[in-house]
Amino acid sequence: MEKKIGEVLLSVDHISLAFGGVKALTDICFDIREKEVFAIIGPNGAGKTSMLNVINGFYHPQEGEITYKGVHRKQMKSHDAAVQGIARTFQNVALFKGMSTLDNIMTGRIIHMKRNMFWQACYLGPARKEEMENREYVEDIIEFLEIQSIRRTPVGRLPYGLQKRVELGRALAMEPDLLLLDEPMAGMNIEEKQDMCRFVLDVNDQYGTTIALIEHDMGVVMDISDKVVVLDYGKKLAEGTPDEVRGNQTVIDAYLGVPHN
Amino acid sequence: MMQAFIFDPFMMMYDSPLFFVEVLVSGLMSGVMYALVALGFVLIFKASGVFNFAQGAMVLFAALTFVGLWELGVNPWLALILSAVTMIGVAFCVERIVLRPLVNQDPIIFFMATIGITYFLDGFGQTIWGSEVRPLDIGIPNEPFMDFAEWSGLYINKFDVFATVVCSVLVALLAGFFTKTKIGRALRAVADDHQAALSVGIPLKTIWTIVWSVAGIVGLAAGILWGSKLGVQFTLALIAFKALPVLILGGFTSIPGAIIGGLIIGSGEKIAEVYWGDAFGGAIEDWFAYVVALIFLLFRPQGLFGEKIIERV
Repeated sequence: MEKKIGEVLLSVDHISLAFGGVKALTDICFDIREKEVFAIIGPNGAGKTSMLNVINGFYHPQEGEITYKGVHRKQMKSHDAAVQGIARTFQNVALFKGMSTLDNIMTGRIIHMKRNMFWQACYLGPARKEEMENREYVEDIIEFLEIQSIRRTPVGRLPYGLQKRVELGRALAMEPDLLLLDEPMAGMNIEEKQDMCRFVLDVNDQYGTTIALIEHDMGVVMDISDKVVVLDYGKKLAEGTPDEVRGNQTVIDAYLGVPHN
Repeated sequence: MMQAFIFDPFMMMYDSPLFFVEVLVSGLMSGVMYALVALGFVLIFKASGVFNFAQGAMVLFAALTFVGLWELGVNPWLALILSAVTMIGVAFCVERIVLRPLVNQDPIIFFMATIGITYFLDGFGQTIWGSEVRPLDIGIPNEPFMDFAEWSGLYINKFDVFATVVCSVLVALLAGFFTKTKIGRALRAVADDHQAALSVGIPLKTIWTIVWSVAGIVGLAAGILWGSKLGVQFTLALIAFKALPVLILGGFTSIPGAIIGGLIIGSGEKIAEVYWGDAFGGAIEDWFAYVVALIFLLFRPQGLFGEKIIERV
């Protein structure tokens, strides 16, 4: 079945980001379209994570513009980004370690819980109903990710692979339009990677979520993504379908090195 | 020697059970007041994972503002409201000037920042309102209920009962406000990981402002109650350190823990003072709580109700 890639959802336009003298990103442009699986690849230190941080508002670029859902911005604010439907996971799992799997995923519902403090405090009436509805949504996600058995386990006690899955669950709970995954398969064995790939594709397919991911496993990237952008030293080297990128000479040079003679 | 430590105290309790009950009750009531101070710490600890060194200074500052306004001739109720507003203002400033630039820093850095806030508030409060001891009389007499005493033989202090009621109401409100639902969860999330909290759309700044405001208002209540017992003066800031053993007992993250810890410390130190005081040569009330906390740390470092720390290596 051929999937339909839609309109441009997010476009970054001539983004430059520097930390003092270190240029993390230089003049980056690309578009992410609706329902796309978009991969950002590149050697270590290429600026991939910085790019995600710019998109969800952790970093504020010095130059350039971000257009998300048709609105131009100089920079995103992280709270706005979350409310506007950008969710993310982190390279070094950033979960709330003392809290259970369920509570962690429930935090993803916070932006969808609108009842005011008064009802919240009484835990009565509308607030209670709201809590239940959100709990149901979260239970669906738990089922989808097959983590029912660890629902009540504090996440600090879980193995790494499961923590990554819980983190994905928390991001999904936000019902995002754009899901940013920072190395979702890092440190996993083959089976866990296959599971994760399946989840990513299912999310894309079932919920119609647009996904932008950073990944080092080229096999995975080539298999699941619709479009790939390659960064190196903060600059964009190439952009295109997996096949185009695979054949690109500059990309091969960046990864394998070029002889200097 | 042995007799003084082991035998005599229990003989005394056996001989006059009524007196024992009196000691216990007055201990429990001062325990409630410790709990009130401890609550302020718990709130901020829950929302930032940091021991707020400035809680004592906030108690002092709030009480000074209240007494100061009252002495200027402001209606006491209005003074109460104005002091509460001042504490909310303090929370706004703390968030804007101190906390916001420190997002995503280590807890120890926040801790150092709260020490800075302590010095500032101590100095600022006394610069504005002066440093002499001010008596505070909120109109609740410090005397026992005589009718009740004649009927049962128990002397229970009116002021203590009033303080207990105020504390219980505050505690019940806070417990409702901060547990089970969205806010409680958001608080714990913020304490655990700033970046992750931001990424799920928890408004960090709002949460911090709310929590510091509430801690300030709890500090105001504690300041007024303690102030009318001891007079409003610099030593009020030191009362806050009595909250430390309470927190160690109850667990830094638990509201019920703060209350039960307060009750144990309050009654424990009164009973120890009255029955074992002579054996130690008196004045054990001052250090008893800290020794209990120390022993407690050996066996249950997370406190009675604290979250157990799990670290996967």
